[in-house]
Amino acid sequence: MATAPNAPALPDGLVVVVKHDCATCRMVVPVLRQLAEPGPLTIFVQDDPAFLEGLPSRDDSDLAVSWHHGIETVPTLIRVSAGAEQDRTEGWSRSEWERVSGTAGLGPELPVMRPGCGSLSVDPDRVDALRATFSGSRLRSRRVEFAALEDEMEALFDRGWTDGLPVVPPTEERVLRMLEGTSHHPSEVVAVTPPDLIEVTVEKVAINAVMAGCKPEYLPWVLSAVEAACTDEFNIHGVLATTMPVGPVIVCNGPGTQAIGMNSGVNVLGQGNRANLTIGRALQLVIRNVGGGRPGGVDRATHGNPGKISFCFPEDEAGSPWTSLATARGIQPGTDAITIFAGEGPKIIVDQLSRTPDSLVSSLASAMRAMHHPKLVLGFDVILLISPEHARVFAEAGWSRETVLSELHARLQVPGSELVRGAAGIAEGVPAALRDRTLSKFRPDGILLVHAGGGAGLFSTMIGGWANGAMGSTPVTRAVGWR
Amino acid sequence: MSKTILDPSNERAVSHRILLERPQSLKGLTVGLLDIAKPRGDVFLDRIEQRLTETGARVLRFKKPTFTKPAPVDLRHEIASQCQVVIEALAD
Repeated sequence: MATAPNAPALPDGLVVVVKHDCATCRMVVPVLRQLAEPGPLTIFVQDDPAFLEGLPSRDDSDLAVSWHHGIETVPTLIRVSAGAEQDRTEGWSRSEWERVSGTAGLGPELPVMRPGCGSLSVDPDRVDALRATFSGSRLRSRRVEFAALEDEMEALFDRGWTDGLPVVPPTEERVLRMLEGTSHHPSEVVAVTPPDLIEVTVEKVAINAVMAGCKPEYLPWVLSAVEAACTDEFNIHGVLATTMPVGPVIVCNGPGTQAIGMNSGVNVLGQGNRANLTIGRALQLVIRNVGGGRPGGVDRATHGNPGKISFCFPEDEAGSPWTSLATARGIQPGTDAITIFAGEGPKIIVDQLSRTPDSLVSSLASAMRAMHHPKLVLGFDVILLISPEHARVFAEAGWSRETVLSELHARLQVPGSELVRGAAGIAEGVPAALRDRTLSKFRPDGILLVHAGGGAGLFSTMIGGWANGAMGSTPVTRAVGWR
Repeated sequence: MSKTILDPSNERAVSHRILLERPQSLKGLTVGLLDIAKPRGDVFLDRIEQRLTETGARVLRFKKPTFTKPAPVDLRHEIASQCQVVIEALAD
């Protein structure tokens, strides 16, 4: 552990850190008496100092010295010269103690070596509080104090900082633990967050990630999602402000999805997995709390959808017959990545009878034709989430990702005469000038194919998009950074 | 014992901004009409421009590149530096 810049200085000479509740520390007391004679020797004791009677001991029960000097084991012997550490050894080893102290013949009656015990400064029950005490000054956010009789959950609701569900109170201890998930400084700016165009820092993202229920290892994914959402291409401002029922949908790729325990299988879009649910939620809390985007304020959704609380899931790459979504969008295979898409709620496509790829692709296309409105084309992208059982039909016929997509597009060419305003007695539709054209339901890269879901179920799912292109939102794929 | 948490919000100090006094008349003033680029917003603003011009106001027209994004800072500055009054139209 590196020495913190504001660490209390160690006195010159020999320094030993011990605790009474450690048999090795008690065992080396005769050695300490040997070293005290020539001196200078300073002993820092983490608990009861009575066993060091007559020795030059100093109290470290607040663990300030132990914390700042990275003591992980007691006893630790350190040689200090001109205020700087020269050498150290942990536990008891006669040869090591003789080397560090420069003194021969130490503890002749002791065994040659004995391991030490854990330092109280790395005790799992105390480390978060110590980190808050000794590193808290790194954090710049305003401290909000709740009265003793105030219910903190209610207080967070009252201040408008929740999405309607309870949040984890972002105490300094929890936020510092969250920040262990990244090497980036808390004050580093991640993005400029609409709608209020606020510079959001790593620290503010960490606070909201705590509230969402994230673990520290999710933080790089949340930071990457915030960064991607706040790009001009994705346009979270418009996604938030629109009357359409869309929100940010995050598709995760790469081995990291498994490392952090995401679920790409049974109930992939549903409840029950902490990583899936809290990463998406953290992004939305950042947009709400830092960006200032709230329903009824800039968020003018007519209906919204439950996915606006959180909508994040990984692709099932191991079970997929195809290259992953991220790879198809230019990310190196094996790299953690996110794709952020402005999407509405998922809609099932049922087909339990197709056993040939032609039948199945026609079936999917016929359902996708109706997305948003059967007479509206080109304006909206879609995520097509293929289940393992549907994917198998294509895989057994040797259909690649590209084949599936090209066959879908081929079946989604619609005569303008069916789409123009007034056709079929329906005013909605495309301008009359397009009557003689053949129009594609989706633009060429407007179908995002993803493989995920439980092993049983001849269903796929489509997630319809918002206005696409430069006047709306373009899906953004990024490698996960912010480690 | 009290509990302390870290503020998750943007901590923007709410600065009290005083609105300019409403002019008694628009005669001789420059009025900016900002079209947010929703369909048919121009129909509405064309009519407003006609009415304002009849009252003796000078009208300048502005348009956001897209209704989905905030007005670019340059456009906001242009309006502020050229107009005494601005009317923004929301239409669908």
